[in-house]
Amino acid sequence: MSRQRSKRFLAREERELRREVLIAPRPDLGLVAMNGPGDPEPELEVDRGRVVALDGRREREFDVIDHFLVRHGLDLEVAAEVAALDDLELARRLVDVDVPRGQLVRLSRGLTPARLARVVSLLDPVEMMFALKKLRARRRPANQAHVTNLKENPALLAADAAEAAARGFAEVETTVGVSRYAPLNAIAILVGSQTGRPGVMTQCAVEERRNLQLAIQGLVTYAETLSVYGTEPVFVDGDDTPWSKAFLASAYASRGVKVRFTSGGGSEALMGHAEGCSMLYLEARCLSLIRAAGSQGVQNGAISCVALVLSVPGGVREILAENLLAAWLDLEVASGNDAIASHSPIRRTAKLMGQFLPGTDFVTSGYSIMPRRDNTFGGGNYDADDLDEWLTLQRDWQVDAGIEPAGEDEVVALREKAARAIQAVFEGLHFPPITDEEVAAATFGYESGDVPDRDRAADVQAADRVLAERIGGLDVARELDRRGFGDVAEAVIGIQRQRVSADYLQTSAIIGRDGTIEAAVNDPNDYTGPGSGYRLEGERWSMLQSLPYELDVQDLLDGQALAGDSLVVEAGEAHAGGPEDEVVIAVGPAFGDGLVATIGGLPHDDVLRALLDGVREGGARPRLVRIRRASDVAFIGHDGALLSGSGVAVGLQSKGTAVIHRGDLQPLDNLELFGMAPLYTLDSYRAIGHNAAGYALGRSVGPVPTTLDNFARAKVIVKTTLLHARETAACVPGAPPVELRLS
Amino acid sequence: MRSVGFDPSSDYPLGSRRPDLVTTPGGVRLDGVTLDALRAGRLSGEDVRATPETLRRQAEVARAAGREQLAANFERAAELAAIPAEVILDVYTALRPHRSTAAELEDWAERLEREHGAPRCARFVREARAASLERGLLAHGQRR
Repeated sequence: MSRQRSKRFLAREERELRREVLIAPRPDLGLVAMNGPGDPEPELEVDRGRVVALDGRREREFDVIDHFLVRHGLDLEVAAEVAALDDLELARRLVDVDVPRGQLVRLSRGLTPARLARVVSLLDPVEMMFALKKLRARRRPANQAHVTNLKENPALLAADAAEAAARGFAEVETTVGVSRYAPLNAIAILVGSQTGRPGVMTQCAVEERRNLQLAIQGLVTYAETLSVYGTEPVFVDGDDTPWSKAFLASAYASRGVKVRFTSGGGSEALMGHAEGCSMLYLEARCLSLIRAAGSQGVQNGAISCVALVLSVPGGVREILAENLLAAWLDLEVASGNDAIASHSPIRRTAKLMGQFLPGTDFVTSGYSIMPRRDNTFGGGNYDADDLDEWLTLQRDWQVDAGIEPAGEDEVVALREKAARAIQAVFEGLHFPPITDEEVAAATFGYESGDVPDRDRAADVQAADRVLAERIGGLDVARELDRRGFGDVAEAVIGIQRQRVSADYLQTSAIIGRDGTIEAAVNDPNDYTGPGSGYRLEGERWSMLQSLPYELDVQDLLDGQALAGDSLVVEAGEAHAGGPEDEVVIAVGPAFGDGLVATIGGLPHDDVLRALLDGVREGGARPRLVRIRRASDVAFIGHDGALLSGSGVAVGLQSKGTAVIHRGDLQPLDNLELFGMAPLYTLDSYRAIGHNAAGYALGRSVGPVPTTLDNFARAKVIVKTTLLHARETAACVPGAPPVELRLS
Repeated sequence: MRSVGFDPSSDYPLGSRRPDLVTTPGGVRLDGVTLDALRAGRLSGEDVRATPETLRRQAEVARAAGREQLAANFERAAELAAIPAEVILDVYTALRPHRSTAAELEDWAERLEREHGAPRCARFVREARAASLERGLLAHGQRR
């Protein structure tokens, strides 16, 4: 059966959004955001100090996660206290500015995963954002960058890491396409990041054994590869138990690696063992476990499963609830927004606002500093091409989401320096040379396609040497120092010094340019309502609002300077009454004098000539006057019409907006209005003159054909305002109109 | 371990507030970890890492901030700081699902305790042993 399709429906089907799959919940498969029908009732039964039942399971039914939680994850004293509070009371405290973060964190220690999930699910999205703002661990939000490229080119990695550092990212993460490359990539982003800004922490996401070795050699300082899952079968499929993961975390800490676990909704469903539970409940189990394991933080918020979570109703809200839960549990939160969430830019950004506006410890767990194609993490929800949008959003909302503006000259200089620095290190360590062509391409190129190919087999051999010869952070510093990069060498030594004091292992720690530590311990989030907490103001606000592409008002008025004499000459007061075939052309107070061209750049004298010609061609007689008392086009036109022998006038503002008016009409009425000044040509003005003549002579007149640009207003409204301000400033209240002629 | 004159609630960050308490494993003071020292050949790779004592102080800092489990993690880390990486990675592997028998895990616990002076880690391995036994996560054939 054929049916006729609606063209509007068809058009919507072509939108990016419709490339993705939305489904109705399937709780049996774990495809339900929160409050799943299979989620257990919160339960905590304690018998003589021993937990004998937890969230629907008796002790003998405990899985390995439950076993870990009852040993390390619950404060039974606090549990007794929270048992007396109902869910709604707890939820209300989350959004009560008078209940400080510390109290809420303490209460969280006595809550079971099912209870945690249930309480946060009582909040609506705005309440969740508010609670997240209040519960973030570190006072100031920050951000993390991803730095990779398809060719694993070290010069490009270093240049991108330098740019990321210069743009204010507190952490830089890389990974590898070929795992044996890891040591070279780690060295490249270490050198690059320290060139861009001393103190930036780095990691190379690779298999744990290799990762630990890189840390021992002082080439990386943090790791977030420790993934956990909310059901036992998935945990075991991930080849770990809670004890092995927690032990690994201690191993990393013993070698000076700041550890952040990874979890996120949807992973259990994806791996086939959600056990009929909702995403949020399983994430609550993960987060309880992560805290119990002694991790300082987590990257969560669906992470790589984000598109799966977004397929079900309430998915975006569930992700925000995950981030909130993590913050409530006193964990540093790197809040996702790294993997591609949606094909639709609208949907991607709408999702982002949940973390962007409240601010998290790391607003993204990886902002792609390079174009998407070079992101070997699998895309990147935001990338190099989106940087100006991100900066503008921060400026729009007056919100600090961790990225700083940087001008082209500064960025290019730093990129080159970083590429030169890694070139020097490669030379010093007798690695395959980095050519000047590579340096230039890394400095000025768009992506790795612009960079010459390297001998990858030789690079891999060099990478193996890093491990075999235990080439470490000190060796890198030494080579930098020997080859004229003393400041970068100092920065690399600074990172080594941080490894000795180990301060950055604490919750939410990041390192400033001068080596100062900013962590939840010494710089905790002290938000307790308006007037408190971190606010984007002062110098930082000045910095984040002054974008390189912000225009100078003077530049917008370019082309409005009068080169010589005024384009028009005033010739005494104008009076009403003239021949019946007269059309008055009435211009604004600044026309041809204070202002000399329309907003579309047409010189005023040309516009006037076109109008005069048009009126004459239409068979009428033009008379030029200037209205001095008003800058509004309606009054300019109406005043002109009252002077006109035919009663018809063309009103013309300096910015080019025009009206055909008639004296018997109300001022704000008109015969034709031409409000799209940026679109007009001289022919348009000629046609306007012609039509005005037609009205004056009583002919039947069809409207001047005009085009419509819906974005014209957005494009020129600022310039319009500036031009109109100048016109208005030229007004003389009560001044009579004057006769005018072209000079 | 509570160090004399160390106040975990106010002495963080150690690097800036109490550099006097921080040295490298080789005894180099924190302010001795410099580019000049590197040029003079006074630094080696082994020198640029935290000592067990520093990690224990970080544990105290975490505990003073109410982060009990993070403190416990740092205390395990302090024990591991002196243990060779290869041994640590072997213990990690042994703890993964279906890798070890109960007896093998008990062996690791004893070695950690006796050879490496790591009682907390030993206790942790024993807990894992009990939970793995309970959940059938020991090497195959090791079910209860």
